[in-house]
Amino acid sequence: MPSPDRRTGELRRTGPGLLARVRGYFRLHVQNLLGALGRLARQPVASLLTVAVIGIALALPAGLDVLVSNARTLSAGWASAVDFSVYLEPGQPLARAETLAAEARGRPGVIAVEVISAEEALAQLSRFAGLEAALEALEENPLPHTLVVRPRPGLSAEEVGALAAGFEQLEGIDLVQLDTAWVERFLAIVDIARRASGLTLMLLGFAVIVIVGNTIRLDIENRRSEIEVVKLIGGSDGFIRRPFLYGGLWYGVIGGLLAVVFNATALLALSGPVQRLAGLYGTDFALQGPGFAGLGMLVGGGALLGWLGAWVATSRHLRNIEPT
Amino acid sequence: MIRFEAVGKRYPGGGEALATLDLEIAAGEFVFLTGPSGAGKSTLLKLVSLIERPSRGQVVVNGQNTRRVSRRRIPHFRRGLGMVFQDHKLLADRSVFENVALPLLIAGFSQRDINRRVRAALDLVGLVDKAPRLPLTLSTGEQQRVGIARAVVSKPPLLIADEPTGNLDPALSLEIMRLFERFNELGVTLLIATHDIDLVTRLGHRRLELVEGRLIGDTGSSDAIA
Repeated sequence: MPSPDRRTGELRRTGPGLLARVRGYFRLHVQNLLGALGRLARQPVASLLTVAVIGIALALPAGLDVLVSNARTLSAGWASAVDFSVYLEPGQPLARAETLAAEARGRPGVIAVEVISAEEALAQLSRFAGLEAALEALEENPLPHTLVVRPRPGLSAEEVGALAAGFEQLEGIDLVQLDTAWVERFLAIVDIARRASGLTLMLLGFAVIVIVGNTIRLDIENRRSEIEVVKLIGGSDGFIRRPFLYGGLWYGVIGGLLAVVFNATALLALSGPVQRLAGLYGTDFALQGPGFAGLGMLVGGGALLGWLGAWVATSRHLRNIEPT
Repeated sequence: MIRFEAVGKRYPGGGEALATLDLEIAAGEFVFLTGPSGAGKSTLLKLVSLIERPSRGQVVVNGQNTRRVSRRRIPHFRRGLGMVFQDHKLLADRSVFENVALPLLIAGFSQRDINRRVRAALDLVGLVDKAPRLPLTLSTGEQQRVGIARAVVSKPPLLIADEPTGNLDPALSLEIMRLFERFNELGVTLLIATHDIDLVTRLGHRRLELVEGRLIGDTGSSDAIA
């Protein structure tokens, strides 16, 4: 029989205090975070490949989004920069046109009104080859006087529409012609592109989860015996899981950063030609990058997807590893 | 410390590993578990460490009925006992120090406590100067002592070992057993499975003999007082 007064006291099992445990918990997190990065660095080629695939998968929808939002910025300018023509009823005197123009200049939302008299219009028309003879055959000028109204830039398409409609109510106006149909068509195309970029984002986001999940699964397989040992000496599921979650987080973050680099390179390569094209159209339009918020979302989104992929992989595979 | 009440263990698709075993090991005892291969020694240790659960009966370890330890609580349960393995089960990519520190890290000790306790444990097994080395650069006997340091570093009241000297020559085996005896003097209960009968006879502690899942011999705990 063991004697009761053996020196058991010396070996009384003492656990760490609460404060030490909380501090230890945070220290463990930091160690796991850095440790996971270290593990990535120890297999540079494999890690780089994984990260590059994630980077491309993230850069594609992000790049599309940049293009779409640029197209929207560009076309938003167009929709309101459209001049519209106000045709007076035939037979209205030029003086009426001048009066209307003076009145129109006072309207809010209008920055310029040009009067084109019927004679000027006919002169313009007759400059087109082939029409000259036909026009000379006419006994009288069939064209009305016209006002060309330029709305203030920055108005929305609806506001411009309302402005144009306002002219239709006026005495002596035959027709107001607002040619924004092509802008609307363009906007519809942009909208489709925007949807497509959303879908791409969803698909490739899912792809990132799968890529990270698969990489982490292989990582778990490779470290199977280590996991068994840690389980044997009392490591909790959380303790075992944490390094893998941080691994996934790193894959996502570095992939996101790489996507930022890809996008910046693409923007840089495109900005020159785009500026030349814009110059040809007489505008000073320049490609806008995604901005800091966009870049932050790219890296943050990458981190989230990476973590999620690791979470899925560890949920599925860690449980099955038990010491035997 | 350990109590088996009518414990049976049958593996799925296999035969009966343990049949109706009753057993009591008191705190502070030094117990050898002997028997031929396949007698159920490992199964018995696995039931104590909750690697396996009994098909029948109750296993009580450290005052806890293992039936009432849920899967989630197993890690916490295992922190209450030290385990030594024949193949050491050290992590090859971590230093001796980090291997021994692992149980303390898991339990959430402060870095200062970890340093202090790991030094103390390595001192006990005589390997303080090997702390920065990787396990594979050490001899088999030294690796086993690292495994033992890891098992005792969190000062568990119970230490179980499955063929801890299985790969060692007689001199090293004796050295390891003397180490276990020192822990026993400090109050640790030991349960050691081995088939090194010579060593068991020579050391003369309580011996449980298993054959085909049955306890056929128990020398009793007359030797318990060191």
